[in-house]
Amino acid sequence: MLAILFYIFAAITLAGAVGVVVARHIVHAAVQLLLTLLGVAGLYFLLDAEFLAAAQLVIYVGGTLVLIIFGVMLTSNLGTRLLHATKIESAVVAVAAVCLLSALGIAIRATHFASVPRVIEVDQSRQLGYSLLSDHLLAFEVASLLMLAVMIGAAYLARRRPKDEV
Amino acid sequence: MIGLQHYLILGAILFVAGVVTVLTRRHAIGILMGIELMLNAANLNLVAFNHYAAGPAPDGRVFALFVIVVAAAEAAVALAIFLNFYSNFASVDVDRASELRG
Repeated sequence: MLAILFYIFAAITLAGAVGVVVARHIVHAAVQLLLTLLGVAGLYFLLDAEFLAAAQLVIYVGGTLVLIIFGVMLTSNLGTRLLHATKIESAVVAVAAVCLLSALGIAIRATHFASVPRVIEVDQSRQLGYSLLSDHLLAFEVASLLMLAVMIGAAYLARRRPKDEV
Repeated sequence: MIGLQHYLILGAILFVAGVVTVLTRRHAIGILMGIELMLNAANLNLVAFNHYAAGPAPDGRVFALFVIVVAAAEAAVALAIFLNFYSNFASVDVDRASELRG
């Protein structure tokens, strides 16, 4: 049952990823990216990371992707100009991609990963929360400062400014 | 039986798709999408290792959570920069961003 679900979610993820690579239009690529993000959220569920799956759905799908689509619409050049690589560039990238993928695949097949017997926890989200506010408290606070800086910085960068001031 | 290696292979394919997107796109937002693909691949690896090979500690999931947060921050700043770039050059083609070339 879990294997079937894994293959379904993996197929969704891969279909979206391939779609992002080959999409001719940037909005189509955004829709394919949505598919990938949903598939990865499903895989998080299979890996017993329910909180992460929810965060993926809320932050990535609800936040980042909407932001990207807004960016596409605000900067749309009416979509007439094709912004694609030339044939030679595509060929070089394809060769590099095959090399990288085979290197990663060989490394993954050849490595023996130590398997730790899993402890069945009662409540993974509770454990995650405790860990976040004890062991990783500093990173947690730094992340909140980062969010503040990003909020101010993005608002400053994207403000409407007079024509003569560059 | 689905094991760690299935997830690692899937993450590798996802990562390579992101690399190809970054290398072939000239649309700035397309490149951003490629980066999101790569971040998702890394996150998938972190969560898979946490599930199969890390015992009871939730560190991998905590890292993945921070990666999601930083990715959202990165997307916000990148889009603000793209808006500026668009208003100055009337384009989102990254090859046109060559003002600082010596």
